[in-house]
Amino acid sequence: MLPLELNAVSFAAGDTAIINGITARIEAGPRTIILGPNGAGKSVLMRLCHGLFQPTAGSVNWHGAKNGDVRRRQAMVFQRPVMLRRSALANVMYGLKLAGKSRRECELRAMDVLEVVGLAQHTARAARVLSGGEQQRLALARAWALGPDVLFLDEPTANLDPASTHDIENIINAIHASGTKIIMTTHNLGQARRLGDEILFISNGRLLEHTPIDRFFKEPASPEAAAFIKGELPWH
Amino acid sequence: MNSLGEAFSAAWRLLAGFDAELAQVVGLSLQVSLAAVVIATLLGLPLGAAIAVERFRGRQTLIVLLNALMGLPPVVVGLLVYLLLSRAGPLGSLGILFTPQAMIIAQAVLITPIIAALSRQTIEDAWREYDEQLRSLGARRITAAMTLIWDTRFSLMTIVLAGFGRAAAEVGAVMIVGGNIDGVTRVMTTAIALETSKGDLPLALGLGIVLITLVVLLNALAAVIREVALRKYG
Repeated sequence: MLPLELNAVSFAAGDTAIINGITARIEAGPRTIILGPNGAGKSVLMRLCHGLFQPTAGSVNWHGAKNGDVRRRQAMVFQRPVMLRRSALANVMYGLKLAGKSRRECELRAMDVLEVVGLAQHTARAARVLSGGEQQRLALARAWALGPDVLFLDEPTANLDPASTHDIENIINAIHASGTKIIMTTHNLGQARRLGDEILFISNGRLLEHTPIDRFFKEPASPEAAAFIKGELPWH
Repeated sequence: MNSLGEAFSAAWRLLAGFDAELAQVVGLSLQVSLAAVVIATLLGLPLGAAIAVERFRGRQTLIVLLNALMGLPPVVVGLLVYLLLSRAGPLGSLGILFTPQAMIIAQAVLITPIIAALSRQTIEDAWREYDEQLRSLGARRITAAMTLIWDTRFSLMTIVLAGFGRAAAEVGAVMIVGGNIDGVTRVMTTAIALETSKGDLPLALGLGIVLITLVVLLNALAAVIREVALRKYG
């Protein structure tokens, strides 16, 4: 259902413009990083793409997909994972059941994915008593199990320690390798470099750059991006 | 002081000897209040969940009203139900005034708003946390509401227990619609009121002890449920 086309998308909360006329075309394949300082509108842009928010102007279009189908073919992992008060396995099965899979199918698929993210020994434990890193891996498993064409990740490692961050990044790469399009926000340049193929740089609700990762870091086209790179990596 | 001491020891004798009259009154109390809490839960819980997840005009007003109804005076509920069920009233043909059924209705009216308002609050708080995640997973409103009820089940159980405690401890509503008829509609609270005014303190005190014990047990049960749930499910 890619490419995803944003046509002059704007979003305002009351009188405050949060996203300001963003036009972009996001293709299948490369891992897309939405980068920008805090408050730039990264998370809101992602929610507009995912359909959790409706744009106040402009439109978000998926290529050649019917409306009902669009929701089923994408998934999202949030900054703070929301775990249901049930077991890890049941959390993964919950999403699959909503997608209309049979109970047996749900269980097999859920067990598989939990194994891949390294939670095989925790399937029966209550999701909410798992550690922060385990919960985020579980959230990835829940999203991945749905076999989405596109996976949105909103600062998935913002609250995690380096070891957990490393685990999460490996899983994200595995999901990418399985053929799912990755679209992810971060304000961490190191992570953008490790995980990104292309950058959408957002500042003050505007899209300032849409470039391959190497060019973004070598020769940022906008003064804002240059300042952001310099500010985040002051030793450069 | 002396009469108080005597009353206490007489009350203990009644309790220890499983006095038939006392047992009958306690039994009816539990029956009426249990039935009322079941009805109030069946009505109040879905109502609270619906208000929590739906957005409609007048919602805020309804919430304020519902919260206000939590403080409904039992005697007023008794009076309204009395008017409904009295021979000239709209439901007079049922002929259930001064029966346990009338008392169940009155108590259900009294605690339905409590259960609805408290579960609305609980489910709405959870909804705020789960909203985006559930929508992202493709849950429709009704599915989301069921998920939220299930996920807040332990808090909701505490609310139901609070409703039961309120029903068992109120006197005004059951007095008016039940009539406090000996052996038919006499429950713990109405018996206490009557026996006290008659000066039969041992029976009143015995019932009072049972009532307080019941309320303490309910609260202990609620605390245990919370504790176990927290430890097990986080």
